[in-house]
Amino acid sequence: MSVLSTDVAAVALRLGDDALICSHRLCEWSAKAPAIEEDIALANIALDLLGQARSLLTYAGAIDGTGRSEDDLAYLRDERDWVNCLLVEQPNGDFAATMARQLCFSAYQLVVYRRLLDSTDPTLAAVAGKAVKEVAYHLDHTAGWVVRLGDGTGESHGRMQAGLDAMWPYTSELFEDDPGLQPDWEALVLPVIAEATLSVPSTTWQPGGGRSGQHSEHFGFLLAEMQHLHRSHPGATW
Amino acid sequence: MVTRTADPKLLWELAATVPDPELPFLTIADLGILRDVACEDGRIVVTVTPTYSGCPATEAIAADISATLARAGFGDVSVRTELAPAWTTDWITEHGRRKLAEAGIAPPSAVTAASNVVELIRCPRCGSGETRLVSRFGSTACKSLRACKRCLEPFDHFRPL
Repeated sequence: MSVLSTDVAAVALRLGDDALICSHRLCEWSAKAPAIEEDIALANIALDLLGQARSLLTYAGAIDGTGRSEDDLAYLRDERDWVNCLLVEQPNGDFAATMARQLCFSAYQLVVYRRLLDSTDPTLAAVAGKAVKEVAYHLDHTAGWVVRLGDGTGESHGRMQAGLDAMWPYTSELFEDDPGLQPDWEALVLPVIAEATLSVPSTTWQPGGGRSGQHSEHFGFLLAEMQHLHRSHPGATW
Repeated sequence: MVTRTADPKLLWELAATVPDPELPFLTIADLGILRDVACEDGRIVVTVTPTYSGCPATEAIAADISATLARAGFGDVSVRTELAPAWTTDWITEHGRRKLAEAGIAPPSAVTAASNVVELIRCPRCGSGETRLVSRFGSTACKSLRACKRCLEPFDHFRPL
């Protein structure tokens, strides 16, 4: 299903899942990032993504006929019911790998949200209207790191290339139903890679399945951590 | 509590006194968060818009609005959040910008296509234009952390959005 489909509930769920899982992965850096400023930066990016996820999941649950709340969707779905892309569930690895993942994902979000500015659905257009400005800053921050690490020391260059090589295969899934978005995405990502003196990974392996609930082996562990507290105390409120 | 009927202008002025929880020297009117106050079928509806998608103050602001109006005798209030048109720092009033600078936060310049790249951001303490970016994301999601090359003090910059 294209992300530009008129099945608005399905689109909102997919974009919400992407944002929420990426937000969760970024939160794993809290109190562990390389510098305190970066700890705060990653948390702030995660917060923006969480806000997008809340709006999107609330909307999806409201219009898909199930009446599920944002919390129901975030905490009570099992792996097979999540439709996020495989890219965002990949483990953080080292800081360079996280930056590689974020570069690819923020560029993807920017391309998608820009298209959704013209959506005939007012809520999707409204969410996109805010998100497109926030994600531009995420991409700016992330691209800056990719360039500094890539065009850095031998150590940082090696790790940045390794991070890019690890995350690159998961980018093909983003465009399997939306090949028309790929040129815009490449226009954002490829110049950063070049400026960072990195090589575009050449890989023929193109894993997919996230969009139909078939996730990588990492996802179960991620959901266990994310959902455990809520599931341990059903019906609890603050 | 009896709900008084009231002039929307009075209601706006009441709602406009609500301070931003993070920057309490600014009101929600200074920030352009307060969008509309209307009476619909005897019910007061206050419309606000969030700054950033994930702004954690949105719920606190809504609660403060209801509490402020309740204290003035208006019990039947609902606060509606509107996402579109998207909030922009261009909606921060001149008064708000001055208060930011006085509080040591560099206010946002006007949002233009090139504003991310070439804007001159002055140190709120010494006024020097020679400042550098330390981190794109600072103490809150809406601010960047910068440092002055002349007086060496760090300061927050409210990013143009």
